[in-house]
Amino acid sequence: MKFKTSLLAVPLAAALAVAGLANPAVAQTPKKGGILKFVVPDEPPSFDGHKETTFALIHPIAPFYSVLIRPDSADPSNSSKFECDICTEMPTSTDGGKQYTFKIRKGLKFHDGSPLTSADVLATFQRIIFPKEGISSARKAQMSMVESVTAPDAETVVFKLKRPSGAFIPALAAPFHFIYSKAKLDADPRWYEQNVMGSGPFIFDIREAGARVTGKRNPNYHHAGQPYIDGFEAIFAKTQTLRVQAIRGDQAVIEFRGFPPKSRDDLVAALGKDITVQESDWNCVLLITPNHEKKPFDDARVRRALTLAVDRWGGAPALSKIAIVKAVGGIVFPGHELAATKEELQQIAGYGPDITKSRDEARRLLKEAGVSNLKFTLTNRGVDQPYTIVGTWLIDQWKQVGIEVTQKVESTGPFYAQLNSGAFDVTLDFNCQSVVNPLSDTAKFLPSDLAGDQYGRFKDPKLAELHDAMNGTDDVKQQRTLMRQYEKRVLDEEAHNFISLWWYRIIPHRTYLKGWKAGPSHYFPNQLDQVWLDK
Amino acid sequence: MFRYVVKRLLLMIPTLFGAAVLIFLLMRAIPGDICYLRLAAGGGTVAPDVLRICRAELGLDQPLIAQFLTFIKGLVTFDFGKSMWTNRPIIEEIGLRFQLSLQVAIMATLTAILIAIPLGTISAVRQNTWIDYFVRTFTIAGIAMPSFWLGILIILGILITSKAWFGVAWMPPIRYVPLWEDPWYNLSMLIWPALATGYRYSAVATRMTRSALLEVLREDYVRTARAKGLYEKLVINRHALRNALLPVVTVLGIEFAFLMGGLVVTEQVFNLNGLGKLFVESVLNHDYQMTQILVMLVVAIFAFTNFVVDILYAWLDPRIRYTR
Repeated sequence: MKFKTSLLAVPLAAALAVAGLANPAVAQTPKKGGILKFVVPDEPPSFDGHKETTFALIHPIAPFYSVLIRPDSADPSNSSKFECDICTEMPTSTDGGKQYTFKIRKGLKFHDGSPLTSADVLATFQRIIFPKEGISSARKAQMSMVESVTAPDAETVVFKLKRPSGAFIPALAAPFHFIYSKAKLDADPRWYEQNVMGSGPFIFDIREAGARVTGKRNPNYHHAGQPYIDGFEAIFAKTQTLRVQAIRGDQAVIEFRGFPPKSRDDLVAALGKDITVQESDWNCVLLITPNHEKKPFDDARVRRALTLAVDRWGGAPALSKIAIVKAVGGIVFPGHELAATKEELQQIAGYGPDITKSRDEARRLLKEAGVSNLKFTLTNRGVDQPYTIVGTWLIDQWKQVGIEVTQKVESTGPFYAQLNSGAFDVTLDFNCQSVVNPLSDTAKFLPSDLAGDQYGRFKDPKLAELHDAMNGTDDVKQQRTLMRQYEKRVLDEEAHNFISLWWYRIIPHRTYLKGWKAGPSHYFPNQLDQVWLDK
Repeated sequence: MFRYVVKRLLLMIPTLFGAAVLIFLLMRAIPGDICYLRLAAGGGTVAPDVLRICRAELGLDQPLIAQFLTFIKGLVTFDFGKSMWTNRPIIEEIGLRFQLSLQVAIMATLTAILIAIPLGTISAVRQNTWIDYFVRTFTIAGIAMPSFWLGILIILGILITSKAWFGVAWMPPIRYVPLWEDPWYNLSMLIWPALATGYRYSAVATRMTRSALLEVLREDYVRTARAKGLYEKLVINRHALRNALLPVVTVLGIEFAFLMGGLVVTEQVFNLNGLGKLFVESVLNHDYQMTQILVMLVVAIFAFTNFVVDILYAWLDPRIRYTR
């Protein structure tokens, strides 16, 4: 009897801990002081936000920098609300949606005491959008709608676009767009790869290779009264078990990426009211990519059969108990205004309400294509959450229609080597983005000759036309219509790629951490200027 | 003795060169590209010209022989270069980790010696008594139990007992501080991995001590010593144990060298920022330069430890140096 009670207690306590968030307590006055210790699963290869793409850079390094604009810190889940960091107010577009003028705050200073002006903002975005030869800019493609950036005076920066674009503001708000010092960039364009000097809430203090990064409070931070904490310590800890135990043993307050459901339940069971859990849909998804250059995956019927066999509606509730996945969705982040509704999704192959009917159709297509006894290898990445779990689930789904699949798990290096060389049958790839920006995020599904990270090895001019048309209008209704056509072509008509389940972010943290809200991405919010410790 | 030492030192050179050739070729046989991993594995795209520049900067566009000669030249001149992953000097990257790995290795070796020699001796002397059975069970458990698993149990045990006894769950620190900066903090972190690895290490050494001592105790000269009426304590300590220690010293030497670079999983369990963790990360990241230097470091440690063991052999058993 006691055993039964304790089994029930874990999910109940977890539900209560999460529910506590839905009904937030009366707003408290932030307390000042203390050092926030958090764990980070990886160490970034360099300190340059413009170059890197990993959350391992954002978590320990973002607190040292300011950005021009950022997702609304009071409501980070709202993908259409943004706020100024170093600008004075969010601008409205002019010139028919083709120009945005930002006014920069006066009196801003870098940590070395030098003034931060529009010249620094200009140098930063020139480096991101129009990098010189030899400079790597990871988000250059997302900012490709920008024609020019100018700084007519010390407090003004103007972005001129090639055409109106709904993707511009969310792309601009990427948390990697750290504002760098023009003087430093002029002296050495790669200075920021090995050094940190920003204007953010914290001043760089210590970096111990492979161990930690620390920051101390910036007394001259431009948001008055912030940050509340005296400093932070980002501790690199590779294993998930250790990160969970570190929170349990109070060696760390939080890990900002996310834990699987079991770890949440363990922490809730062990710590009770001392742990708070925040959860959110996650702008990350695993997609299945067949290699179009390999037979029989050059046949759209075979690709459609693969997606038809997968029971997403039935699998989501079960998988969400063991893996960091939950929502059923199309190519757009679920819940966004450009995302398909449930009724619209059900019109797409593999999303139908009747899985038996879908699987019958899958068998028919396989037979018609002459591959009733299809066998192939699923090349997967050697990362437990959620790659191998979802991969194992997919193998079972395909088995239901008589497809025999072997899973080949590779570490990241050999995995990408095989994807790049085309030495795979079918693979599980991911699309993880920061600020929810479907017009830009869905570029991942473009044909291989246009998207560098499309591993399907196919051409499809019609798909490119649809994407261009969608990005060429700022009429949301029209964008939505075009998005449905684009989605239908990607997932159904051609089945170039197909979606498994969207990720789900679970962040258990010590209850005494206040002022931090989980957003739909593990890339933000992480400047830590609004967090405080209620100890 | 001098000739013996010089000969042993010279024998290290071909060993090191062979290891250098092997690791250089093996690293290049692993599929994957450090530039692609660095620039695109976190998501996003990377332009071909950026990849080309990255490869040129890292010297990966050079012919293999040129890359090998650069590597050997760096080794000979002690210029180990920069990590291809972090672009920081390798000496700097290894420095802190080396301290930590060395301290854990020393602590684990001390733990092993303190457990193994007395237990092995008592087990041999009291063969087939309950003490012997207990020691044998204890050592078999030590060999069977992986150190990392014992480490996880230790952490969980500490969390649970501290919560039960003091009301607050305590966990060993997860960040390294050098011994001379804060001895208490340092030891409260490193004592647990030293115990976890030292236990397994001691189990091997205890069994070796026991079997070597049992063999020696049956030798004629021990019987003679006893027949002369020497105290049993003297017979064991002066005549039997010293000779029985020869194979034990070999085991201790090999294990010590292994601990310097091979504690990969245990380091992860306790979040030790040691050489083992760096090793795995550099292999996964395709950081050729770092991996090559780390392999050479571990080979050098093994070679040096073997050298020290050889010297100890000669000290423990004078016949060895006279016959060479």
